[in-house]
Amino acid sequence: MSEFLEFENVSKSFGAIRAVDGVSFSVKRGEFFSLLGPSGCGKTTLLRIVAGFEQPDAGRVRLDGQDLTDLPPHQRPVNTVFQSYALFPHLSVRENIAFGLRVAGRPRREIREEVDKMLRLIRMEDQAHKKPAQISGGQKQRVAVARALINRPRVLLLDEPLAALDLKLRQHMLLELDLIHDEVGITFLYVTHDQTEAMSVSDRIAVMNGGRVEQIGTPTEVYEAPRSSFVAAFIGDTNFFDGVVTALEDHDYCRLSIQGLPDVLCYNDKQNQPGDPVHLIVRPEKFRISPEPPPADPRRNTLEGVVEDVIYMGNHTRYWVRLDGHRLAVFQQHRRFMLDEKPIRWNDRVWLSWDANDGYMLERYNVSDERLVQRPPDVLTTTKST
Amino acid sequence: MKTAPSSVREPPARRPDRWRSHEWIVTLPSLGWLLALFIAPTLIVFSIAFKPADLFGGVGPGWTLDTLRSLGNPNYPAIVWRTLWLSLATTAVCLLVGIPCGYYLARAPIRWRNTLVMLTVVPFWTSFLVRIFAWKHLLHPEGPVRRVLTALGLCDSAATLLYNPGAVLLVMIYTYLPFAILPIYAAAEKFDYQLIEAATDLGATRWRAFRSVFLPGIRVAIFTAVLVVFIPCLGSFVIPDVVGGPSAEMIGNKIAQRAFSDRNLPHAAALSALLTLAVLAPLIVAWGARNRSGRRAVPVQEAS
Ligand SMILES: Nc1ncnc2c1ncn2[C@@H]1O[C@H](COP(=O)(O)OP(=O)(O)OP(=O)(O)O)[C@@H](O)[C@H]1O
Ligand SMILES: [Mg+2]
Repeated sequence: MSEFLEFENVSKSFGAIRAVDGVSFSVKRGEFFSLLGPSGCGKTTLLRIVAGFEQPDAGRVRLDGQDLTDLPPHQRPVNTVFQSYALFPHLSVRENIAFGLRVAGRPRREIREEVDKMLRLIRMEDQAHKKPAQISGGQKQRVAVARALINRPRVLLLDEPLAALDLKLRQHMLLELDLIHDEVGITFLYVTHDQTEAMSVSDRIAVMNGGRVEQIGTPTEVYEAPRSSFVAAFIGDTNFFDGVVTALEDHDYCRLSIQGLPDVLCYNDKQNQPGDPVHLIVRPEKFRISPEPPPADPRRNTLEGVVEDVIYMGNHTRYWVRLDGHRLAVFQQHRRFMLDEKPIRWNDRVWLSWDANDGYMLERYNVSDERLVQRPPDVLTTTKST
Repeated sequence: MKTAPSSVREPPARRPDRWRSHEWIVTLPSLGWLLALFIAPTLIVFSIAFKPADLFGGVGPGWTLDTLRSLGNPNYPAIVWRTLWLSLATTAVCLLVGIPCGYYLARAPIRWRNTLVMLTVVPFWTSFLVRIFAWKHLLHPEGPVRRVLTALGLCDSAATLLYNPGAVLLVMIYTYLPFAILPIYAAAEKFDYQLIEAATDLGATRWRAFRSVFLPGIRVAIFTAVLVVFIPCLGSFVIPDVVGGPSAEMIGNKIAQRAFSDRNLPHAAALSALLTLAVLAPLIVAWGARNRSGRRAVPVQEAS
């Protein structure tokens, strides 16, 4: 049950580029598993290795114990939904979907029944006679899924299947894919560089960077407990702090000294000892922002700063708050906007507070990852540096 | 306020339809061109076939069916048959060689590709006649090909390489192969090879993917290649004249002979008309078949 599709030390280079660099992990049976990462991190290459279009330089790929690595694509029990759909332009929707069964030489009646079933699944019974050029992007996408599913693959590989669609349709198709996944019970290996897409449907996500897997976990794990600064910065927005542990408190907590700020309390699940340097992250929505000092609470950290920028986003507002040497992103949801919240404006003095459990200490940190977080131009530092 | 939505929902003005009915105006120049340079000459040739010949190689007055009757010449069926099968065989071989060539040209690494395409068209830089005479030299009983083959024991000293239909076939294939390769290469270069990946992903072998996805994908180019090889083959007379000899005559030779040696224009015209009809007939059939399959709403080629 636990290990269905296994990658063991898989590597693949193109010339000097290490597209996939010693990747090992496994996907469970029936799982909706996503490969998430920035452009060029090797997601497509890894998927193509499973499909058999690329031969890894090293490592093995196993499916339910069977070694796939040396099988040609047409003998692998996996099917692919291509990013550009790759529907056969000279065949109708029906013939496209039937292709796999026809190649397998199945009897004509059976093919017709199976295709009808698929057409019902994607709700396109009335479009069956059309050519791919005559249907919309969303419909092409559904045909591509149906064509890949009709062979009953053990794993369905999807390479950014929604990338070519506009936002609304993308959200709709995502739900539809999720429904299809529930209905057919096939393992999905889903490639995307869109974190919201991956978060919303995946059972687990592998976050990739530079050909390596940075972290594997449920959406909640990778968001709430990122192991590295890369994962923290790539998924969602975040604030980074460098600090040193000064004291342990209450078994599970420690006190950190951070340059320019008063000492903060943090949950110490990494068992750091006094003197250890640590990298702390706090997600912007974990802050509570208020124009008055919050009531004292030993579990909460409080900082005082000045609002530098306010961006109203409809369902929430983003604040940029300047503290001594820090610039923090703060998201505040609106419940009863303007009624029980006193509006906060530019240059207002504000208090930020967060629960000690909401700060998270990273295992690995890389300065350059901080640049992945989108920030409005920092007026002070840019003027400083010129 | 109420009228605004209804005016929005109104169907677009009927202008596009009117435009469509006048679209043919745009084709007038090409129609005129076709009329002046193809249809009119063809009709003239057809009509000359119904004229008597005069003694000076011209066309006499009045009308006659004599020329048509003289097409019953007992030599002709064999020549027509030879012309047809030589042309068909040339076309078949050109496709058989041209499709893989075009495919590999298109898939060659980009830095090789232009060089390879250049090599394909390099023969055109030498005069066609010179190349045909070169073949005559090559295939000559004292020529290098013959000597090499004999030395290797691949042909006996009695065999003739020249002056037979085989020689004509060989040289026609040599001549027309580039014309088959080029359109196929052009289409193969534009072909989306992810479709082949998709086919193999769905369980097709590489050969099956080539057959059911690549070939249909370049079918227009194949059609073009057939036309640009088959039609010139039907009318060729230099190649059979130089390397063919009397046992490998084609209609083209007869037309040339009637027009230049016998100075019998009507007879030449009748043979030409025959050739034109032979070219047009399959074209019209093919065109009709394409139209019919294009209009068919629900394709039934499920088990292809
Ligand atoms: N056929 C190839 N030849 C050379 N380099 C390649 C080839 N395929 C991929 N690469 C390189 O390998 C790296 C990983 O590519 P890959 O397509 O797997 O990235 P990706 O994660 O899918 O990115 P994207 O989100 O942009 O699709 C890139 O640097 C890419 O340039
Ligand atoms: Mg990709």
